[in-house]
Amino acid sequence: MNGTGQKRNSAKALAMEGLWDNNPIFRQVLGICSTLAVTNMVLNTLVMCVALVVTLSLSSMSISLLRKGTPRNIRMMVETLIIAFYVIVVDILLKAYWPEMSQNLGPYVGLIITNCIVMGRAEACATSQPPFTALVDGFFNGLGYGAVLLLIAVPRELLGMGTLLGHAMPYFSGPHWDKWIIMVMPPGAFFMLATAVWIFRSIQGDKQKEGAK
Amino acid sequence: MNVSGELTQALVVAFSAAFTGNILLTKFLGMCPFLSVSRQVKTATGLGWAVIFVLTGTCMLNWAVYRYILVPLNLEFLRFILFIVMIAAFVQFVEMVLERYSPVLYQNLGIFLPLITVNCAILGASLFMVIRDYSFINAVSFGLGSGFGWMLAILAMAGIREKLKPERIPKGLRGPGITLIIVGLMALAFIGFTGVLSGG
Repeated sequence: MNGTGQKRNSAKALAMEGLWDNNPIFRQVLGICSTLAVTNMVLNTLVMCVALVVTLSLSSMSISLLRKGTPRNIRMMVETLIIAFYVIVVDILLKAYWPEMSQNLGPYVGLIITNCIVMGRAEACATSQPPFTALVDGFFNGLGYGAVLLLIAVPRELLGMGTLLGHAMPYFSGPHWDKWIIMVMPPGAFFMLATAVWIFRSIQGDKQKEGAK
Repeated sequence: MNVSGELTQALVVAFSAAFTGNILLTKFLGMCPFLSVSRQVKTATGLGWAVIFVLTGTCMLNWAVYRYILVPLNLEFLRFILFIVMIAAFVQFVEMVLERYSPVLYQNLGIFLPLITVNCAILGASLFMVIRDYSFINAVSFGLGSGFGWMLAILAMAGIREKLKPERIPKGLRGPGITLIIVGLMALAFIGFTGVLSGG
């Protein structure tokens, strides 16, 4: 990790870092495990993103609050338990108020626990920064992550099913559009993500070259 | 159900876990180590074996824990925490046993074991097992099949990436980009097995 959490303290810098400069998916290619699976529908993705942002920011804050009292050698275990606590809360809430969605997402809400981003942010930022900074950092990292997922989910649902959020779209659901079923199947997620990473890296690569000159 | 019927069912479960429902290619589990450790066939093999072993072991363990502790006590919501603790404990235990009794195996698998604790494939398989309500035999064959499928995928990937090294790839596509495209193509191929299962 490139010196995370050393000089930038303002919320704006944190936002920029989490959303673009160090976007967890593009830059670090981390944590695509559990969330890529739900990007075949925009609605599922939105719910998953909210779940992730909530867990990530709140657990970052809690870990940061407890950072002085946590012995170093059992740090990982404590972090995991804190993250698991918030995931369980989200899971129970979903089950109680939106059972169909809970069924759709299947085990993937629970898998937020092992998402490398949550743990990565906890390690990189929450253990060394005050609670508010950790909260903001977690929030924007989660948001940056969610933005990418939506970027993948929108074309997948649109091209594959001709709908957005379940509503039929004018051109894509008509008879002129041959639905790309492949897009809603698992390979579609890989292809979309690869394309997104490619575009992002090309843009950032150009920028870095200019900076070097 | 009679014995042969149950065996057939277990076989179907294992086959679908390894091919049509490959945890990596269709369920997107275990992507992080897959992307970072698939550069060489040798390390990929080591990690693959470790995953098969741990996946099967934890599936059995978590099945028992869920069935005999969580369900009777009505504490199903605690499964996330308990499964993670069980997985961590299992990995730690295996590491100690290997170190004591089989130094050769420890040298080959040892470095991969701690890595696996945080592998989402392990927890994911346990959660899928619970959701699908498998019997013990099915849980074991699901664990074996999933692990085998994961190893197959990472081996294929490592082989392709070794061949790919001297090729000229567009700059932005190097590393994760091209790997993801190859994974997508592999996923397409694996989905092709669907016909075997429904047709047979």
